Amino acid sequence: MRYARIFLMVALSVVLATQAFAAPDESQLERGHRVYQKWCYPCHGPGADKPGTASLAARGQKPPALEDRTDLTPAAIKIFVRHGVLYMPTFRKTEISDADLDAICAYLTRNNKK
Amino acid sequence: MRLPPGVNAKDFSDALKLFSEAVGKDWVFTSDEDVNLYRDAYSPFWHEDEDPVPSAAVAPINVEQVQQVVRIANTHKIPIWTISTGKNLGYGGAAPRLSGCMVLDLKRMDQVLEVNEKNAYALVEPGVSYFDLYRYIQGKGLKVWIDTPDPGWGSPIGNSLDRGGGYTPFRDHFDAHCGMEVVLANGEIVRTGMGALPTSKTWQQYRYGFGPYIDGMFSQSNFGVVTKMGFWLLPQPEGYRSGTVSVAKHDDLVPLVDTLSYLMNSSIVQGTTTVGSPLLMSMARSSGMGGAALLTTPKSPSIAELEKIGQEKNLPYWNCELHFYGPSKVVDAQWEYAKERYSAIPAVTFQEGQSLRFPLSADQIEHVPKRQFGIPNLTVFGMMGRTEGHMWFSPIIPMSGEAVFEAQRVFGQAYADMGVPPAETTFVFPSSFFPRSFVVLCGFPIAHDVEKNRKNRQIFKRLVEVAAQHGWGEYRTHTAFMDTVANVYSYNDHALLHFHETVKDAVDPNGILSPGRCGIWPKHMREAKA
Repeated sequence: MRYARIFLMVALSVVLATQAFAAPDESQLERGHRVYQKWCYPCHGPGADKPGTASLAARGQKPPALEDRTDLTPAAIKIFVRHGVLYMPTFRKTEISDADLDAICAYLTRNNKK
Repeated sequence: MRLPPGVNAKDFSDALKLFSEAVGKDWVFTSDEDVNLYRDAYSPFWHEDEDPVPSAAVAPINVEQVQQVVRIANTHKIPIWTISTGKNLGYGGAAPRLSGCMVLDLKRMDQVLEVNEKNAYALVEPGVSYFDLYRYIQGKGLKVWIDTPDPGWGSPIGNSLDRGGGYTPFRDHFDAHCGMEVVLANGEIVRTGMGALPTSKTWQQYRYGFGPYIDGMFSQSNFGVVTKMGFWLLPQPEGYRSGTVSVAKHDDLVPLVDTLSYLMNSSIVQGTTTVGSPLLMSMARSSGMGGAALLTTPKSPSIAELEKIGQEKNLPYWNCELHFYGPSKVVDAQWEYAKERYSAIPAVTFQEGQSLRFPLSADQIEHVPKRQFGIPNLTVFGMMGRTEGHMWFSPIIPMSGEAVFEAQRVFGQAYADMGVPPAETTFVFPSSFFPRSFVVLCGFPIAHDVEKNRKNRQIFKRLVEVAAQHGWGEYRTHTAFMDTVANVYSYNDHALLHFHETVKDAVDPNGILSPGRCGIWPKHMREAKA
């Protein structure tokens, strides 16, 4: 985990460049939205009191709220969730299962250019 | 695969098979990828061998499975470290005290079993988070409040067992609980208080039942696995208001806190109140002195100089914001009464704060300090900047101005003696997270830097010792400092710790439950260390 974190940004630069994945079905999107609302929104939703959004804004990420992004990839999302970054901790599989994580990925990449 | 301490590979393999039969193979985690998720995300031991790594994790979904897991662990002498939601960040997260312990992850036990609006209580499982409980209550439109800590992803059970605090009238979370269900090391289920009565109708309404009141023994301890817990809730108040009291002189802190103490002990002020110093905070920002500006050090300006600066810049030396909850007429009267009491301090000034009526609109919720109204959030992380975590030094001091002055002097001298640069000095003014006392809650940053973490651990340990020499003890601590803190609670040759060990040996003779939690080690591990 430690070394994966060290190379996080390197890995992201790779995965952000590879955006090829199947279009998810509706139920997967609904599940992704539900899981996102539960686990991600309190930190990454819109608004000044969302520290994840504020942190991404401070680093020049546009748009800073994850739901508005069109350049995230499943691989990048999975690295953040399973390895954390800065004060964002790791999330265990009893919190976000692999299937839930797939659904989050589908939801957060729903507006990507195909 | 990493093995639990004192367990050979065959025994562990046999136990893992039995754990899988008990909870299902999908809920026993043994791969490095899965087990690493249980390491402390805010570990003060990054890149060091001392960083605790579990051997595996097991996640039951109900109390019957917890019983099976504990019985298997007891038979095979597998040490298991219990977590609720595993989000006790700053205090060890999901990681065990001791590398190789297997984590008993209760996150899947996430049922809100009951919320009773009429009698204002809830009964929940360990995997329920503050967010979950809040959403459940809101979803059903119930007019009751929870109290939430910073942040809201923790477990009401886990947080109260670690004796955490919040901001509203039920901010002392352990004190707000009523009734427990506990699985003992032999797999037996015990219900405390009125829960011991098989037909009980008041498990969450009367705490004590009959006979010794033992609930406290399951907090900050390793005597059992708590699988259900009741909590008292606050009926949604009609209104809220706040107001800030400011004073100009250094010595005004004494009557400021004396009056606060009177108002809190009289249940007039009910929420957490923090002592502030606009003057010293301004000095901290403008002088480059960081946290050292809040302390009294050999290099500090004199009190007269500081008071002069405060006068010139129109900055109060001290202030505190008071919070009132209740019927609108009552909270207005309470604020008026507080101002009347405070008017005895020369040159005191008052600033009106928020005045609200409940329920709040969605727009209001987005713009109020949520924690003040029992609304879970993660806002506190916005204060952390680009750090990689934190840990808390948090001694309890008396609720008095004199104690605050002493803390400023003692910790100022301690930092100076250790040669800590002013900008790296960590100090905050105290808060009333618990009745009748102050907590000085100082955050230390975690870095992915071995030397910085090592230095901070040394400073932390020294501060614990210095605090104890002056009669101040930690209310809670990171797993890395549990032995250090337990060691200063040493009255009569560590008689209290010896009692804890006697209980541990009696109720968990194989020492399988959370070894080392809060400095309590099982007999065979104590003997091995001796």
